[in-house]
Amino acid sequence: MTTASYIAAEYNPVLPPVEEIIVGFVAFLLLLFVIWKFVTPRFEKMYAERTAQIEGGIEKAEKAQAEAERALNQYNAQLAEARAEAAKIRDDARLEAERIKAELEAEARESAARIVAQGETALQAQRAQIVAELRAEVGRNAIELANRIVGESLEDEARRRRTVDRFLADLDAAQARN
Amino acid sequence: MGALVLAEPFSPPSAESFNLPPIFGGVTKPMVLVVLSTVIISAYLLLATRRLSVVPSKGQFAAESLYNVGRNTLAREQIGSQDFMRFVPLIFSLFIFVLVNNIYGIIPILQFPTMSHIGFALALSVLVVYPTYHYAGIRKFGLGGYLKNQLFPPGAPGPVYILLAPIEFFTKFIVNPLTLAIRVFAAMFAGHLLIMLFALAGTHLLLEGEGVVKAISAFSLGGAVLVTFLEALIQTIQAYIFALLSASYIGTALADAH
Repeated sequence: MTTASYIAAEYNPVLPPVEEIIVGFVAFLLLLFVIWKFVTPRFEKMYAERTAQIEGGIEKAEKAQAEAERALNQYNAQLAEARAEAAKIRDDARLEAERIKAELEAEARESAARIVAQGETALQAQRAQIVAELRAEVGRNAIELANRIVGESLEDEARRRRTVDRFLADLDAAQARN
Repeated sequence: MGALVLAEPFSPPSAESFNLPPIFGGVTKPMVLVVLSTVIISAYLLLATRRLSVVPSKGQFAAESLYNVGRNTLAREQIGSQDFMRFVPLIFSLFIFVLVNNIYGIIPILQFPTMSHIGFALALSVLVVYPTYHYAGIRKFGLGGYLKNQLFPPGAPGPVYILLAPIEFFTKFIVNPLTLAIRVFAAMFAGHLLIMLFALAGTHLLLEGEGVVKAISAFSLGGAVLVTFLEALIQTIQAYIFALLSASYIGTALADAH
């Protein structure tokens, strides 16, 4: 056919030789097969990998960010906790100090009271002792005085009389002065 | 004026210039080239994608860029991100296959754009793209639903469909696959003809001309170089358009009627 069309004087470029259609068709189908079977799958596999890697990268970054945020939250929480604890310790210390102060005060007051009580007791004891001593002495003195008085009366009747007289005179003088 | 007369009359290149003699048996140069393109592209892509890594090397980046044109710029844009993945191998194959077969036109020694023989373009459009988009549409909507979608686009007042439905049928079932093939064929045919004209005329002037005429050949040969650059652009664009329209036809077939 080709040979015939070549030999033919009039070559018509718009009328295709059938062999060319067939050869072109088969050649294209072979190429299509290669591309369909190998080239496209290879490219698409690589594209899928690339997409997965990019998405994986984004995911990783997001995870890291979430992690950082969580750490920050945790840190903040811990900080708040520590602050609260510090405040509590301060309050406790103040309460304790007040308690100790009150205790000391009470103790001091009690001790003072005890000392006063002890003093009073000692005083009482001394007074009693003194009173007792004085009583004994007064007795002794009375006896002595009585002895003396009795002795004197026994030895001097006249002096007794004088004495009475003098006493009466004094009494008169005192009445006269009044 | 005598100097302008050439010793030999110049015979410009014509359609006949595309009628290449068979190399052996019934095998012609474009047949060899088209098979060669399959071998080249397969070998390149298989080598380039042997060890794809997530962080691309220079070579991988080049292959990836090429693949992304077919995958993202063409298939995904035209078909929509829901269905496009199934058609990526087809669209990418169409793009790179047409691209390499077009670029042949400016590669020294090969120097023949395969697609300037309409048979190869028809093989792709009529035998590959045409059945694909109709099949995709019928599979999605059923035969009745698909035809209704395609032939009765919503939004037109009732009686207009008497006119519209046949036009839509003509466009989608007859014209689209043919224009798809003819577009790339014509561009390659004309481009190759243009390069041949400049190159042959320049050579002819240089060899057969005398004096000033010999010097004028420089303009013709310079023109051939410029047209070659232009062709590089057109060949790439045509490959892109071919894949783009293929994807667009598939996208239209799969589009929901709202």
